[in-house]
Amino acid sequence: MSTAGMVLDGVRILDLSRVWAGPLAARMLADLGAEVILIEPPVGRAGGHEALERMRQMHQAGRHFPYYPDGDPGDQPWNRMGMYNDFNRDKLGITLDLRYPQGQDVFRRLVRISDVVLENFTPRVMVNFGLDYAALREVNPAIIMISMPGYGNSGPYRDYPAYGTTLEQHAGFSSIMGYPDSGPYRTQSTYTDPVASVNAAGAVMLALWHRRRTGRGQYIELAQIEASVCLLAEPLLDFAMNGREPGRNGNRHHWMAPHGCYRCRGDDAWVSVAVATDAEWRAFCSTIGSPPWTEEERFAGQSGRWQHQDELDKLISAWTVEQDHYRAMHRLQEAGVAAGAVLNAREVMKEPHLRERSHFAHVTHPQAGTHEYPGLPVRLSDTPTGRTLPAPCIGEHNRYVLGELLGMSEQEIARLLEERVISDGPIVE
Amino acid sequence: MTQRALEGISVLELGEGISASYCGKMLAAFGAEVIKVEEPGSGDPARRSGPFPKGQPHPEKSGAFLYLNTAKKGITLNLKTTTGLGLFRELVKTAEVLLEDFPPGAMVRLGLDFATVQNLNPRLVVTSITGFGQSGPYRDYRMESIVGYALTGHQYINGEPDREPLQGPGPQPEYQGGLHAFFGTLAALYVREETGRGQQVDVSIMECLVGQHQFTIIRYTYGGEVKTRTGNRYESTYPVTIYPCKDGHVALSASSPAQQELLYALVGKPEIAEDPRFISPLDRIANAEAYDALLMPWFKERTREELFHTCEQWRVPCTPVTHPGELLEDPHFRERRFFVEVEHPEAGTLPYPGAPFRMSENAWQTGRAPLLGEHNEEVFCGRLGYSREELCRLRQGGMI
Repeated sequence: MSTAGMVLDGVRILDLSRVWAGPLAARMLADLGAEVILIEPPVGRAGGHEALERMRQMHQAGRHFPYYPDGDPGDQPWNRMGMYNDFNRDKLGITLDLRYPQGQDVFRRLVRISDVVLENFTPRVMVNFGLDYAALREVNPAIIMISMPGYGNSGPYRDYPAYGTTLEQHAGFSSIMGYPDSGPYRTQSTYTDPVASVNAAGAVMLALWHRRRTGRGQYIELAQIEASVCLLAEPLLDFAMNGREPGRNGNRHHWMAPHGCYRCRGDDAWVSVAVATDAEWRAFCSTIGSPPWTEEERFAGQSGRWQHQDELDKLISAWTVEQDHYRAMHRLQEAGVAAGAVLNAREVMKEPHLRERSHFAHVTHPQAGTHEYPGLPVRLSDTPTGRTLPAPCIGEHNRYVLGELLGMSEQEIARLLEERVISDGPIVE
Repeated sequence: MTQRALEGISVLELGEGISASYCGKMLAAFGAEVIKVEEPGSGDPARRSGPFPKGQPHPEKSGAFLYLNTAKKGITLNLKTTTGLGLFRELVKTAEVLLEDFPPGAMVRLGLDFATVQNLNPRLVVTSITGFGQSGPYRDYRMESIVGYALTGHQYINGEPDREPLQGPGPQPEYQGGLHAFFGTLAALYVREETGRGQQVDVSIMECLVGQHQFTIIRYTYGGEVKTRTGNRYESTYPVTIYPCKDGHVALSASSPAQQELLYALVGKPEIAEDPRFISPLDRIANAEAYDALLMPWFKERTREELFHTCEQWRVPCTPVTHPGELLEDPHFRERRFFVEVEHPEAGTLPYPGAPFRMSENAWQTGRAPLLGEHNEEVFCGRLGYSREELCRLRQGGMI
């Protein structure tokens, strides 16, 4: 399955994770060449049958579901869902019900021939299956296991529900995001999820490195909220030093000025600009045609600009509002000023810089069609990265994994199907 | 018995942003010897960025610098002089990793482009973190966090529909560059065990961010919809939002029908479940104002703490909107000993966030940040074999 000459050739990863944080971590490792086997319960993806049936009826009545190709969930929505197909591309997929002893047995046999187990259940789940690290280590002493619970395996909030949509606020991201006169804001990216993903991918690489040098496996516990608080050290230390909870500052910065998001010509068009030094300020002024106010003494130095930001922002907006957002960005950047057009999803997908760097992966999925997906943001000069395998349809690789990798007979596989331990499609319960 | 996973890996860190510093901090925490190279006199820009005790700038007391450089060694070196560059090249020959976040053009001007340093040391892994990567039309454009949020689709969807788009929470684009660089550096080291050769790791902050809100991208590539700003209201289902409460705000995320039913029972309004305006997720979003008006009063009468624990008992996801500083006293983080007290000769003892993940075999080490030039003697004399007199001359010449 793996492409010759990739970093993680010959490394096999069992991915039990759901939704985002875990699946993206496993995909980053798949993009380095690991063979990732996604293990799903036969009960299916994206809710029960009833919900899917309702969705089909609503689609027939004219409703558009943007996470499905052309807004159409189709007859097998579980194989057409965009987020699923994105986070799980480059993986193999099997179904396996870990609630049954037979399912646990198959899992243990897989652990014997694998290198990494990745899961993001709440802490009780793997223990209840009898598949915690202590149990897996008995089967394979060199196994690396990573768990990614929201709050960790210990502490009073251990068993609290934890979603990206509540963790990012608890970690503190929302408290520092918002308009100066508003309350806190969600990030719209449930930011603790991707934070946990990238940390987890790095943690697994470190464990694989350690194992390559020492032969030893290990257990990694990644509490998503802790990995997130690590990225909030500045406001945290300000509080520790000064007891201060700085308010929300909109688009401003604690020392740069001007630093903001300015309206441009057109509908909902904006450009963000950040000026750090006096040299950049002079470059900014000449780019916008040096109107008389740019000569004012109070704007000449950084602290003056910072103190007079309200006026500065109004004056700058008078220039930007006449400009195309992309054009404003290019003119400022060419003069050495940090500026970025505020791009929407369509513009991001057309971005010439990303195109030139071939950032997006083109992937053809048998049931969802051909789409472009964001690629691996890390490139190695001598080793290929990134692949273009579609996400597996549910149960697609049951026979390859159970038959070829585990050497199970057709009869054994048939029995598991009959006992509903595995399935070729979602099972309705 | 835990080991230092990166024992024996020597890293040279050169840069001006959070990205290289955060990656270096993680490598140092797992046992690499990270030598941070700073400009003589002024030092790393993070020394000037704060936060500072009582707001008073001091190069050894900047919170950002103290946190981002734990467990590293610090040297000073003037790369604008031939002698300084020569010393740096000598160090390159003794290192396993060169980690840098300068603009691509700056490394070329210094004569430290990848081809040149690889000639000096073919085993060297060079990790380069830049705003836009080592190629492409924006290669030499300037990156600041707000520009990163803007160009990658994050800012456009954050904030109110009738107001300006909002930047994200602090310098996350730079942190993402550092996190991805940690992953990429380890990948290059891992493959070097086989090939014996180093290579360049190219991390583009813009690309790091594009992949981090994929719901927005997928809505467009699959469904042809361009997501716009919707304030705090989540569009796929509802209520996933932020509500005001007695002493601040809480995040509420009752995304499944079962959780919604529990929520209605909890606030004493089970009839909401039968209200035709609120049956499907899209109905609740379309009628969100009326819906919020029914739920919000119950939240407004309670504190964040009460809501967090009461909702948990009902298995309704609801958390306090917290300032990160408040977590220092939180019993959960205390019990897990997440925050670590770090002593520093100038800045005193402060609590820092600890390990982002915990490895049973490889402990995380915090250490403290180096004083400016603290390890000059150790590195130049101990490692490169210069005498104390030569070191003095270098110092007088402004090289270090």
